[in-house]
Amino acid sequence: MNLAVFVKHVPDAAEADLRIGPDGRSVRAEDLPFQMNEWDRFALEEAARLKEATGGSLTAFLIGPGEHEDSLRRCLAVGADRAVRVWDESFPTLGPAAVARALAAAVGEERFDLYLCGAQAADDGYAVVGPTLAVLLGVPWAALVCRLELQDGRIVCDRELEAGWFERVELALPALVTVQTGINEPRYVSILGIRKARSKPLEVRGLADLGVDPDEIGRLGALTRLEALEPPPPGREAEMLEGSPAEVARKAVAVLREKGGVL
Amino acid sequence: MSVWVIAEHRNGELREVTGELVAVARALGAGPVTAVVLGGPGETEAPAAGLPAGIDRVVRVEHESLAGFNGVAVAAALERVAARERPAVVLGAHSAAGMDWASALAAGLGAPVATDVLSLHRDDGGFLAVRTVYAGKLQARVRLAQAPTVVVTLRPGATEAAAGSAEVPAETEAAEVPAEVGRRFVEWIQEAAGEVDITQADVLVSVGRGIGDPEDLDVARDLAEALGATLSCSRPVVDLGWLPKERQVGISGKTVKPKVYIALGISGAFQHVTAMKDAGLILAVNKDPKAPIFRVSHYGIVGDLFKVVPELTKAVREAKG
Ligand SMILES: Cc1cc2nc3c(=O)[nH]c(=O)nc-3n(C[C@H](O)[C@H](O)[C@H](O)COP(=O)(O)OP(=O)(O)OC[C@H]3O[C@@H](n4cnc5c(N)ncnc54)[C@H](O)[C@@H]3O)c2cc1C
Ligand SMILES: Nc1ncnc2c1ncn2[C@@H]1O[C@H](COP(=O)(O)O)[C@@H](O)[C@H]1O
Repeated sequence: MNLAVFVKHVPDAAEADLRIGPDGRSVRAEDLPFQMNEWDRFALEEAARLKEATGGSLTAFLIGPGEHEDSLRRCLAVGADRAVRVWDESFPTLGPAAVARALAAAVGEERFDLYLCGAQAADDGYAVVGPTLAVLLGVPWAALVCRLELQDGRIVCDRELEAGWFERVELALPALVTVQTGINEPRYVSILGIRKARSKPLEVRGLADLGVDPDEIGRLGALTRLEALEPPPPGREAEMLEGSPAEVARKAVAVLREKGGVL
Repeated sequence: MSVWVIAEHRNGELREVTGELVAVARALGAGPVTAVVLGGPGETEAPAAGLPAGIDRVVRVEHESLAGFNGVAVAAALERVAARERPAVVLGAHSAAGMDWASALAAGLGAPVATDVLSLHRDDGGFLAVRTVYAGKLQARVRLAQAPTVVVTLRPGATEAAAGSAEVPAETEAAEVPAEVGRRFVEWIQEAAGEVDITQADVLVSVGRGIGDPEDLDVARDLAEALGATLSCSRPVVDLGWLPKERQVGISGKTVKPKVYIALGISGAFQHVTAMKDAGLILAVNKDPKAPIFRVSHYGIVGDLFKVVPELTKAVREAKG
């Protein structure tokens, strides 16, 4: 089975102090650690397992600047045979529709049996690229897949819904799935493994190589345009308990007793 | 101009979020509100009967391939009708279903799309969507290009739902869906109940990825034990196999409303927060002062949970004497 996986390299924002850049629309990325998008790690693992089980090929695609190649190296270390990175100077402001168009162009005339995306990117959280790419490739899709099984030329997937509900669907191949976290246990990737994978091919392509009209990308990019980033509204404004760990513990006990009605 | 609300239903029941969509569609003032109910043969009547007030027109679309609210067929069916009727806005939920059909519809129409939207505004420049990025740490204003139709999905739980019931007879529309869409609905599956029911607990001590290591769960277990509380968690803790799924709080886990909810090393993504924000008292411990969890908490402690929690456990034990 020939597989394609699409991965994004994103800032790890969980503990970061995000600062808005002078343009009011970007985050100052220079001080942020980056990593492969969490959802894509699960998509990659699923793709690698399918490749191992069926004996086919795995190609990884990424749109991003050179600094984002780490994620492609990880793909190669996990089992991708080759990787393709696409970048163009006009790309930094791409929205998800334009990203999907560029990815479809990168796939080009090649045909894969199964395309795997993450359910969403941790930074923008759009969850748009997967189904959009499926439409552009002209294949059926299923989003939020949490179990996947190959059955004579089709795949049976469980989609994760809300509140403990799932939906089982069957997809005719070729097809695209967006993968939900927890579908598998992504393997550990060692530095050595990443280094060894350096001999595998990693192509870099520009817009011109893809044969896409830059105006089309520009138009798709302008469909959804980020106007401004701002701090979120304050919400409930939690009362902060301050002091040494022992002091905040004492204050917390008082709160639990007086306001929480426990203790 | 008109606004379409895509009524979401599952297993024969209209989902609550549809009421929220109707409220937003009304407030938008962009024309009459049409509710569209799509499904397999016999699947649309019950949900259509449960629609809230505030709807001007109800359209039911049934087709074999729409069975189970099949996202591929839903996108295909909506694309054809929308291309003809040109609603100004197609409004859906940013739910498991919306994440399946909405962006595909936009792709088919070549329409702008904004997902996971908190609020939608109309001005001279067209539509402006407010949403969050970086798991809620920042808010973004997103401009949708002027177009015959825009597609927007709304974050569930972000709006007060419209109440009452729609007193509009439903029209039925012939579906123009290909017989074969390459995807077939098989069945709904409901997770079996686990051993522990976290929804029944008065006090929950909940751990997130900040716990860092399964060995360290004992820090939280000790506090739970001292408080007579039940241990719950965020999703990554389940994904990593550190606690069973039945302990997961969130949209894809359990919705809880305990008297007290103590969040340890949980950042506060909406998928988590939506399912615990109604707890009586929320206390969060997080080393990041900007963690979104503090915005739904009543009390917060900024600090390393490995320093704070053992002290808290000790203080609780002392208080109990
Ligand atoms: C369709 C869908 C459904 C989902 N359903 C759910 C769901 O049901 N439930 C759910 O929880 N999530 C769900 N998620 C995932 C959600 O988006 C977040 O990824 C998740 O909630 C993050 O969990 P977390 O807060 O534990 O981890 P992170 O976001 O990684 O946050 C870890 C936090 O720990 C803090 N921390 C780290 N070390 C320490 C320390 N030593 N002391 C104190 N604090 C520390 C950090 O500052 C950070 O704030 C869903 C996502 C999708 C797309
Ligand atoms: N720049 C990119 N390069 C490769 N794949 C991407 C890129 N952006 C998004 N994707 C894929 O699309 C998924 C969903 O992203 P999004 O729609 O932006 O939330 C990700 O999990 C990736 O699989």
